[in-house]
Amino acid sequence: MHELSITRHNELIDPTLHIWSWQIPVYLFIGGLIAGMMIISGYFLLKGRAREAKCTCFQLPILSIIILSLGMLALFLDLEHKFYFWRLYTTFQVTSPMSWGAWILLLVYPALILNLLLRVPVFILNRIPQLGKISEKMNAHPSTIKGIATLNITLGLMLGAYTGILLSTLTGRPLWNSSVLGFLFLASGLSSAAAFVHMIAKTAHERDILTKADNGFLTLELVIVAFFFIGLLTSSASHKAAADLLLTGPFAAVFWVFVIGIGMVIPLFIQSLAIKNKIKHTVVAPIMVLVGGILLRFVFVYAGQYSHWLIHAGLFK
Amino acid sequence: MNSISRRKFLKISGATIGAAVLSGSMSSFVKGADNKINKKDIKGIQKIPTYCAMCFWRCGAIAHVKDGKLWKIEGNPDDPLSKGRLCPRGTGGVGTHYDPDRLRSPLIRKNIRGEEQWVEVTWNEALDYVAKRMIDIKKTYGPESMAMFHHGIGATFLEHMMKSYGAINFGAPSFAQCKGPRDVAFNLTFGETVGGPERTDIENAKCIVLIGSHIGENMHNTQVQEFSKAVANHASIIVVDPRFSVAASKAKYYLPIKPGTDIALLLAWMNVIVNEKLYDNEYINKYGFGFEQFVAQLTSYTPEWAYPETGIEPDVIRKTAREMARYKPATLVHPGRHSTWYGDDTQRSRALALLNALLGSWGRKGGLYQPTWLDIPAYPYPDYPKSNKKKLDNPDEKYPFAIEEITTGVREATITGKPYPIKGWFVYGTNLPYSLPQPDKTIEAIKNLEFLVVVDTIGSEIAGWADVVLPESVYLERYDELNNPSFKVPYVGIRQPVVDPPGDQKPNYWIAKKLATRLGLDKYFPWKDIEEYLDYRLQKVGLSLELMKEKGIFLAPEQPIYYEDGVKPYFGTPSGKIEFYSLQLEQKGFDPVPKYTKPEEPPAGYFRLLYGRAPVHTFSRTQTNRILDDMMDTNKVWINKDVADHYGIRNGSFIKLKNQDGVISNKVKAFVTERIRTDCVYMVHGFGHTSKMLKGTYMKGADDSRLITQVKTDPIMGGTGMRVNFVTFELEA
Amino acid sequence: MAKFGMVIDTTKCVGCMDCVVACKTENNVPEGFNRAWIVEDVMGKYPDLHMEIRSERCNHCEEAPCVDVCPTGASHYSDIGEVVLIDHDECIGCKACIAACPYDARFIHPDGYADKCDFCFHRTSKGKNPACVDVCPTHSIHFGDLDDPDSEVSKLLKSRKYHVRIPEAGTKPKIFYLT
Ligand SMILES: Nc1nc2c(c(=O)[nH]1)N[C@H]1C(S)=C(S)[C@@H](COP(=O)(O)OP(=O)(O)OC[C@H]3O[C@@H](n4cnc5c(=O)[nH]c(N)nc54)[C@H](O)[C@@H]3O)O[C@H]1N2
Ligand SMILES: Nc1nc2c(c(=O)[nH]1)N[C@H]1C(S)=C(S)[C@@H](COP(=O)(O)OP(=O)(O)OC[C@H]3O[C@@H](n4cnc5c(=O)[nH]c(N)nc54)[C@H](O)[C@@H]3O)O[C@H]1N2
Ligand code: SF4
Ligand code: SF4
Ligand code: SF4
Ligand code: SF4
Ligand code: SF4
Ligand SMILES: [Mo]
Repeated sequence: MHELSITRHNELIDPTLHIWSWQIPVYLFIGGLIAGMMIISGYFLLKGRAREAKCTCFQLPILSIIILSLGMLALFLDLEHKFYFWRLYTTFQVTSPMSWGAWILLLVYPALILNLLLRVPVFILNRIPQLGKISEKMNAHPSTIKGIATLNITLGLMLGAYTGILLSTLTGRPLWNSSVLGFLFLASGLSSAAAFVHMIAKTAHERDILTKADNGFLTLELVIVAFFFIGLLTSSASHKAAADLLLTGPFAAVFWVFVIGIGMVIPLFIQSLAIKNKIKHTVVAPIMVLVGGILLRFVFVYAGQYSHWLIHAGLFK
Repeated sequence: MNSISRRKFLKISGATIGAAVLSGSMSSFVKGADNKINKKDIKGIQKIPTYCAMCFWRCGAIAHVKDGKLWKIEGNPDDPLSKGRLCPRGTGGVGTHYDPDRLRSPLIRKNIRGEEQWVEVTWNEALDYVAKRMIDIKKTYGPESMAMFHHGIGATFLEHMMKSYGAINFGAPSFAQCKGPRDVAFNLTFGETVGGPERTDIENAKCIVLIGSHIGENMHNTQVQEFSKAVANHASIIVVDPRFSVAASKAKYYLPIKPGTDIALLLAWMNVIVNEKLYDNEYINKYGFGFEQFVAQLTSYTPEWAYPETGIEPDVIRKTAREMARYKPATLVHPGRHSTWYGDDTQRSRALALLNALLGSWGRKGGLYQPTWLDIPAYPYPDYPKSNKKKLDNPDEKYPFAIEEITTGVREATITGKPYPIKGWFVYGTNLPYSLPQPDKTIEAIKNLEFLVVVDTIGSEIAGWADVVLPESVYLERYDELNNPSFKVPYVGIRQPVVDPPGDQKPNYWIAKKLATRLGLDKYFPWKDIEEYLDYRLQKVGLSLELMKEKGIFLAPEQPIYYEDGVKPYFGTPSGKIEFYSLQLEQKGFDPVPKYTKPEEPPAGYFRLLYGRAPVHTFSRTQTNRILDDMMDTNKVWINKDVADHYGIRNGSFIKLKNQDGVISNKVKAFVTERIRTDCVYMVHGFGHTSKMLKGTYMKGADDSRLITQVKTDPIMGGTGMRVNFVTFELEA
Repeated sequence: MAKFGMVIDTTKCVGCMDCVVACKTENNVPEGFNRAWIVEDVMGKYPDLHMEIRSERCNHCEEAPCVDVCPTGASHYSDIGEVVLIDHDECIGCKACIAACPYDARFIHPDGYADKCDFCFHRTSKGKNPACVDVCPTHSIHFGDLDDPDSEVSKLLKSRKYHVRIPEAGTKPKIFYLT
């Protein structure tokens, strides 16, 4: 028998850590989604295939800006010392993913705006007609387009990975102590983005391309998930206990059913059939992917907070 | 038993002190308190010495007041009890001043008793009313029918007022619910009590035996400090407890005894020590009385005999007995303090005393030293009025060896009205529904009263039953009687106000004097104010109030405290010796040498209810202190893991306890642990408050007193053995 | 350069929480929160038990993850004593440091910033002991300069057995528990 009695009862810390509720998973999901969208749209721009993927290339920037702002709002809502927010931008802390994130986000906005300027949405153009000229000029130089594309891809990769690395540097929570978390969140962001475009795409062709891409991302995700668990299970007892939270413990039901089943395996299956033209493309699959993507963040954020170096430390508080 | 001399300490006279004051250097770090009490306007940090009242140990403290507000309280380095370090309750005393649940103005009951409906009144109204009711009772029944319950030094002046009024019936829970059996037993054996602060030389002991005494949870400061020193010095520690206490975790030997069987263990130990001739022969030859007869009675108490009773294996009993003998006389078998356990408590304490006597530890270094005392003359008062009635707490000396009043005796007489009626209670600083067992009887007695006045600082349960509640300022806001205990060094300490009370609270001496005036007793209160009183007493030994306000503590020159250092042994027993065989007991029909009686077994499915202390709380008085509540906001029921598993009780889940008489506790959390036997459960005393005035702690945890519906009364001195109740679990969804 | 650390004797500590209380009054720690806490760590089966009682608080880790992850630099090492401190006016309350700390030593102060034990910097930077050290009735807590071989803490670490909390987290705690 091993009994631990702890007298501490600090709010948000005890009996188990619960400093983050919906805001952070939502923010992480949106961060990943935007990252994915930047990479995908950047890719098509770079490859000069914008025409094949109109939605991807021309609607995403404006949507990204809006959605990202919602994510930023969620993040802001989570801050406890809100009006010191500006302190993020009076310094750069190399070791802090959050500081990196703050600066990356600061660059993401201009990158998205540049991308947006390549095809200014009509409602904006109506209000600021001058933008049309700028857009024309930019489109005249393929190198500009490529530059913008590269910028978007780079920042997208950084943003996507950062959302995972952010968690993985938080030493205190064994569940997050995994170097693959960055890749996992990036892959998940990509698949979410692909699913999102799939959902809003107007042509079957675009849908088809994105479904194929999504299947790739989903497969990748499953592989990373496997690596993630192999990593934890072959590490210390605390890490193994952390992995068990998802595999068999209190978060297992949500994890297996929603994240893995509904979020990855089932849509992968449905989309494979669609690609092989066995069934029609359906929004059901991408919706599932998005639901899975958001729940992935929820499960990781919640279970991660629950995980502890002292196995079951919460039980005796 | 007035024949027993209670205080034969080495006294120090005032003359020695005068010289010491002149030569002694004043510690300069303490800034003297300003003469005016109102310190609100003083900027910066003031350090004001006083002494703590979070419990009865009375450690010297230094309150830090920052910009007129109480900031923190530290120990006074000059103080021999705290040595500059208070216990958690003393440190957390700050929260007692700021307690939002404090009484703020005098209250007079509106409706039915106990309904806690009040009218706030002025002090004049309240005191006029109290005086009128007291005069009525005096006229109708005589002053003897007004009894007083009190606890603590704050009662001094009110007790004096009551005695001036003609009251003769008093009671404090510190005797029949606390250390009575121990003090009576040691008095019977050595002719002196153990006292408080206990005369235990823990820090110099090489072997320490704790029977129950849960030092570390029982947070009497000096005891804990010395205990940790002994631990650091690798003293051999033997702990006997059905629960793996904090002290047990420091022990070399932990003996997980079956509750209620300690006498069997003690007899077996003595049997081994006697059989193996391990005792201090010279000491016993010199000081012992009736040793042969005592030895003759021990023969059958072998470790093998004790084993099935106590559950302690014979070889462990032998080993630990030899361990004690090995370090004698620096082996301290701790006399304990709270000793009203099973009704045979005086005999258990006698066995403890005799074990110490065998080891020659009484009067010796590392044992039970001989305390010294600074003799400060009392304030000269006129004689109290004579009464032709007898005290009724112990009618016909039913409990022949009671050396103090028996609270529950006063309560019983209030219920029966015999030998004469008790119609009024004056209660100061004791929460009777908690401090006395069988709270239903307390309520029954209260219902027989015509008048109940309670002086308290918070709306305690007893205050809830009162007709008049008088709100006292807390210790940090008042003067009190001098602290002048017998201890290792002779000294005196002062309590003085460090901050103003937050409302219309008044100190006890003020209340006493104002009431005395209204009762026509002015001649008993000749001093103008408390400062004059204190200064008068201090001047008698060459000190002054002014000096004491600055220093807080005055240490008189040290005196020898061990026989080996020249203290002359003196035993105030009839034989003038240590009574191994007690003729006194024999004459009154009690066992002259302790005998063992089997405790009752719990009925199937029931567990013996044990209780004790938590380091951060004092009885039922500290639960509303916000700082201490933050340390521990509820008690829990300790249940052995296997038992809990059997009943499906999870750690931290809520349960209720039901006792053998069907009384059900508040809901309380289970603490499922390996740290307790399977035949008992344990909880910290003082929680589960039901007074609605105690908002900060209302219904948090459970109250052990409520479950103590049975007691076994000690026939020798009237103590109420309280560990004789059994509980079962009521599982809650 | 001094390196402040604590050496706590679990053999003497009785778990009385005086250190926690003193911390509270000294530092005005708000109601509902504590910077220090007590752990009772019990192994075995009744009655063969071993119990270690520990007074715990921020370990002022040498490799403090809370400092690493702080995006604003609010969490930092002090110049005197390498104490891990939080600058309230730089803290945005993002709670990353809280998640990063394996010991759950931090919390959010009701005023919004992250808070925790600061080794009583207002005292220790002036050569005094922390409040919890000076209050402990059993003298279980020792404080001093780990870099000074003659300090009490260094000597204790040389002569006694000790452990640190969760060494596998790689934080290099500066609080050592004597056993
Ligand atoms: N923090 C704090 N400290 C206090 C007080 C307080 O209120 N708070 N009160 C003070 C006062 S006035 C007193 S009287 C003392 C009381 O403190 P003690 O004198 O130490 O009280 P005990 O009843 O001896 O101690 C309770 C212990 O006895 C054990 N026990 C129960 N039944 C038995 C038994 O049958 N045999 C044996 N061997 N052990 C048993 C319990 O498990 C528990 O560990 O504490 C003093 N110190
Ligand atoms: N069930 C059970 N009963 C017990 C015990 C037990 O462990 N369990 N322990 C026994 C022991 S050992 C003892 S010593 C007694 C203790 O018994 P008590 O000393 O009566 O202890 P409390 O229950 O704390 O009640 C003290 C009351 O005094 C009030 N008070 C506190 N400070 C002041 C003050 O400055 N002025 C005034 N006017 N009032 C004040 C408090 O608010 C509280 O209402 O209880 C005994 N009874
Ligand atoms: S033992 Fe603690 S509560 Fe009692 S007087 Fe001393 S410091 Fe105060
Ligand atoms: S004050 Fe000392 S004895 Fe009490 S819990 Fe803290 S470290 Fe332990
Ligand atoms: S204990 Fe936690 S808060 Fe303290 S320095 Fe280490 S990681 Fe940071
Ligand atoms: S909560 Fe404050 S101290 Fe902690 S990481 Fe965020 S900004 Fe830094
Ligand atoms: S060092 Fe100071 S801040 Fe830290 S726990 Fe001790 S008293 Fe509290
Ligand atoms: Mo007591």
